[in-house]
Amino acid sequence: MGKILMKGNEAIGEAAIRAGCLNYFAYPITPQSEVAEYLSRRMPEVEGVFLQGESEVAVGYMLFGAAGSGERVFTTSSSPGISLMSEALSYISSAELPAVFVNIVRGGPGLGGILPSQADYFQATKGGGHGDYRLLVMAPASVQEAVDMVMMAFPLAEKYRNPVMILGDGLIGQMMEPVEFSDHLKSEPSNKDSWATNGMDTRNSKERNLVKSLFLDAQLLEEHNLALKAKYDRMKQEEIRYEPYNIDSDYRALIVSYGTMSRVCKTAIDNMKTEGLEVAMIRPQTLFPFPINPIREAASKEGCEAVISFELSMGQMVEDVERSVQGKCPVYWHGKAGGEIPTPEEVIEKVRLFAQVSHP
Amino acid sequence: MAKTYKKPEALSDQHTHYCPGCTHGIIHRLVAEVIDELGIRGRTVGIAPVGCAVLAYNYFTFDFQEAAHGRAPAMATGIKRVRPDLIVFTYQGDGDLASIGMGEIIHAANRGEKFTTIFVNNTVYGMTGGQMAPTTLPGQRTTTSPAGRNVEDVGMPFKIAELISGLQTPAYISRQTVLKPKYIVRGKKAIKKAFQYQMEGRCFSLVEFVSTCPTNWGMTPVESIQWAEENMLPYYQLGEFKTPD
Repeated sequence: MGKILMKGNEAIGEAAIRAGCLNYFAYPITPQSEVAEYLSRRMPEVEGVFLQGESEVAVGYMLFGAAGSGERVFTTSSSPGISLMSEALSYISSAELPAVFVNIVRGGPGLGGILPSQADYFQATKGGGHGDYRLLVMAPASVQEAVDMVMMAFPLAEKYRNPVMILGDGLIGQMMEPVEFSDHLKSEPSNKDSWATNGMDTRNSKERNLVKSLFLDAQLLEEHNLALKAKYDRMKQEEIRYEPYNIDSDYRALIVSYGTMSRVCKTAIDNMKTEGLEVAMIRPQTLFPFPINPIREAASKEGCEAVISFELSMGQMVEDVERSVQGKCPVYWHGKAGGEIPTPEEVIEKVRLFAQVSHP
Repeated sequence: MAKTYKKPEALSDQHTHYCPGCTHGIIHRLVAEVIDELGIRGRTVGIAPVGCAVLAYNYFTFDFQEAAHGRAPAMATGIKRVRPDLIVFTYQGDGDLASIGMGEIIHAANRGEKFTTIFVNNTVYGMTGGQMAPTTLPGQRTTTSPAGRNVEDVGMPFKIAELISGLQTPAYISRQTVLKPKYIVRGKKAIKKAFQYQMEGRCFSLVEFVSTCPTNWGMTPVESIQWAEENMLPYYQLGEFKTPD
């Protein structure tokens, strides 16, 4: 199959089907309602399930039930909707079920706006719901990468029996780009008979399965949390993904940026190169687990005067960047939060300011 | 000698954590008997609520999921939509279903989701210590309505069976009780009908049970049955409110 031009939101919906996920529950919210519109047409064609729930709260639990019965399931929403789904995310994480959540982030807090944003970084990577849990969070920087990450998300969710979140911003959802879909995935959770409430007859078993998150005994709850932590630690060992850019040059500054913002930074880096200023970038593709070591190593390179976190937020990822750099280099932040995206010129100006490089 | 009365296969050997005089035990048994009689234990998934019945899964011997407060109907929707061949039921109390979960139950019923709800109404939040529920009767004292439910302040109690019967979508809706043996027989028949309608893929089904809470009502089990008969049955009238036929 060759490349076709598709809007990000529709491509995300199609990618899930290609990934073998034929169950979609959602509630409309801008700027991602096109996913639901697309799948309301497409799911019947593949004999899949499409249901528009009564609220994001209910949709979160529709995913909980469906995932618990061992079927691939996903939803898409945007920031305020993800806040409402965060209760279910806590339960699903504790019950250790695979499910995929896509957040096409818009500006906040509150109703905020409908333009692109990365202000849900904390919510996605640090919690959102209650209790000690983590999501595996991936951040695409193009429509093609959104498609690829959705395809990867289902096997990853099943490998860890944990929700995976795709954190895209409004621009990824709304823009059209050429995309190519890889072959259909036909796999399903291979070990699901050991945990899914898919009916004892289905799995030819006399043992019933239980999906739950309540542990009234202190020691049992402690053990449960330790097992979850071990799983999150394993993600840190095995799932860190990032893209280095211009990292072999003798750079004066290191940019850390993801998603749409990182594309602007790439243009800025190319432009600075023609002006004789070398700047490198680490683009995290997974936000949890975060590429701590690659960033620290890159920040420690001789001649690097500044590490700058460019984000579409008021400074969220920069806290993880500081945690990564561990004082080996000064860390700065620049970002916007209203929905406008910094231009390459603005990025260059900030790089020159922070790295103390005068204009040519 | 032939055994004429035995524990249903769908019921486990565990002692329940329910208080003396609580009606959950009887209703659990009725559900288990029906599941045995219909031969569906191997394809049934129950959903436990938050509240006194949160540990209901310990007393049954088939697949179970444990919900967040009020969300059981959304979870049942998720399971039933992706696995229509499974038999799915939620087991919910009045705080769970009629307060925090009112949105989920109304919408599931209105979509005509093909699952069954067993709704146990004892007019109080049992697990958290007897606070006022959406079904607490006018003037009834609870730990959060110490002077009695003031309907001028918080409105009249919800009649859930009537409320859901008012929806235009076909459904099977019944209100029963287990306060006396004759009621128990009728209650079981209603549960069986509810599951049968589900098995036929006909409609959403809900059986409400007028129940007691001796502990939080501050009564003996016998007093609580008398109180329920005298005070609850006139307001929560028994009967079949809606059938899809």
